[in-house]
Amino acid sequence: MDFATLIQLLDSSIRLATPLLLACLAGLYSERAGIFDIGLEGKILISAFFSASIAFTTGNVWLGLLAGIASSMVFALLHGVASITFRGNQLISGVAINFLAAGMTVVVSDSWFSLGGRTPQLETSGRFQNITLPFAEQLQGVPILGPIYHDLISGHSILVYAAFLIVPLTWWLLYRTRFGLRLRAVGENPAAVDTAGISVVRMRFTAVLICGVLCGIAGAYLSTSLSAGFVREMSAGRGFIALAALIFAKWRPWYALMACLLFGLLDATGSLFQNIRLLGISVPVQFMQALPYILTVVILAGFVGKAIPPRAGGEPYVKER
Amino acid sequence: MDKMPRWADVALIPFINLLLALVVSGLVVLYIGESPLEAMAIMVRGSVGSAYGWGYTLYYATNFIFTGLAVAVAFHARMFNIGGEGQAALGGLGVAVVCLSIPWPHWSLALIGAIVGAAAFGAAWAAIPAYLQAKRGSHIVITTIMFNFIASALLVYLLVNVFRVPGSMAPETARFAEATHLPNAYDVAPWLGFSRSTPLNVSFVVALLACIGVWLLIWKTRLGYEIRAYGHSQSAAVYAGINPVRIIMISMLISGGLSGMMAINGVMGEAERLVIDPVQGAGFVGIAVALMGRSHPIGVFLAALLFGMLYQGGAELEFEMPAVSREMLLVIQALVILFTGALDNMVRTPVERLFLAMRKGS
Repeated sequence: MDFATLIQLLDSSIRLATPLLLACLAGLYSERAGIFDIGLEGKILISAFFSASIAFTTGNVWLGLLAGIASSMVFALLHGVASITFRGNQLISGVAINFLAAGMTVVVSDSWFSLGGRTPQLETSGRFQNITLPFAEQLQGVPILGPIYHDLISGHSILVYAAFLIVPLTWWLLYRTRFGLRLRAVGENPAAVDTAGISVVRMRFTAVLICGVLCGIAGAYLSTSLSAGFVREMSAGRGFIALAALIFAKWRPWYALMACLLFGLLDATGSLFQNIRLLGISVPVQFMQALPYILTVVILAGFVGKAIPPRAGGEPYVKER
Repeated sequence: MDKMPRWADVALIPFINLLLALVVSGLVVLYIGESPLEAMAIMVRGSVGSAYGWGYTLYYATNFIFTGLAVAVAFHARMFNIGGEGQAALGGLGVAVVCLSIPWPHWSLALIGAIVGAAAFGAAWAAIPAYLQAKRGSHIVITTIMFNFIASALLVYLLVNVFRVPGSMAPETARFAEATHLPNAYDVAPWLGFSRSTPLNVSFVVALLACIGVWLLIWKTRLGYEIRAYGHSQSAAVYAGINPVRIIMISMLISGGLSGMMAINGVMGEAERLVIDPVQGAGFVGIAVALMGRSHPIGVFLAALLFGMLYQGGAELEFEMPAVSREMLLVIQALVILFTGALDNMVRTPVERLFLAMRKGS
């Protein structure tokens, strides 16, 4: 593999890792607060649809982003009402949300656009444009570092940079603020948080809504930045890969970044090279696609370091009477 | 003392849940600008208004009985097997291997062989998540989700590289031999008015037998008692000498086997070859079916019938009301799961209060 191909591969990895990263961090907030969320996929999908449709009808991609976030938050709220207010099963609620998104996006887009579950192709103003960082053009000629800066670091949409910035922000929020301490505590031992006079319900709703916002950005990125419009099922399992990455990262922000970059790299490798030869054996492309899931199972099995979820995860909190 | 009579729990609450799901779905249809009542009429007519409709309705119901029972058995041990989709896909592989590798003399023998193959492959696919849950404490929901994706990648790989007919571009196996052809409803009972090409086949009978089998297992055997005891209280079950590893493994193997058996209907009975997505979401419908059916075989049967009607009726609806796309089915399915599963307490609590108030009053 030559240098240019390597840069191309890494560049594509970053693009493909971005939605995973946003969704993974979304899941991190929710699960750290004790609310399991297997509905990341559905929230990405619904946001991808609303972002693309509103961006198309208004011609303004920022309004599209807002609409996407709002739709994802509505679904997050539904998950919150089901699993916090009515103490329902969080996993079942997540399953319902995934189907609701898969169905609603196609039903509504057929009704709005009659394009068989797609939105019309987005024009330039309806998409997030790639940003050229300062001096990228001038430094392009510098060997090695020039192409790295120009082709790899520069030239992504603003959502990519935002996603990468949310990683340190999440770390800081989680480990350096009072809010973060409470958020983590509510996922480990909600009774203790309650005793300290903090509302468990409110903390959990906050976490679930943050999860909605981040999934919303992930969906908007898919339909208005990575591609130009919505197609049915365009989330394509990314919500589940993000979930896998979250477990892989053991619910920690920096590791989440690493896991998402790794899974992005796998995805990019799979789509860039149809045939990969490793040590004389040709690796089928399907194996590359399944690898994130296989790795997650291995991690879950505890053979390579044990992944322990937040202790109160999945259980509704019932205040003692 | 129970808070409310048993009939309210098994019939009234599921009915209210279903009604809520249908009302919300109706609002969606209304939003699209069509009449929900008319849509409902088309769906009922399309699914049970003709022998043609019944053929498809019961064909779909057969799939959903298998996957619904699968989820239900796992529910009894308080496990959420979300991997029906992958287990059924592997079941399809089992059916294909059995049908293609052995020259069967008669369909009845082939059917038995296919049942064994489908159940074994489905159970094997459930065995790894079950083992990891039992021995390593890995959450079964996450592992079974992962295994769904791994199964679909594996199936694509095998169909493209191993089973594909030489010279053909289509990623599917060769057509099964004529001798393995399962009799359909027309072959068995031509006087019922089914057409020659109806998909309804003898697998439906196998599904009914599976219902009875699961009922016997869960309520009439020692193992079933242990599974239920473990599902109600793990610590009490362990105290009573029930081995949790054994219960988790056995209930998941049965669950996976039942999911896998779905393939005898779709792969052997209808397609007569293994195609790239043999399950078509039926594994997930099983979740809705088990929730609605309260994990009881009779409930599962009725819920599967209802979802069979929805699927066949939905196909007709798309035809007669083009504004409403087929994905409306997914919306209804989602709402059923939401109301019967996640939002159950929203209905249950007020109904319980109502019964308590009535009891005090009388």
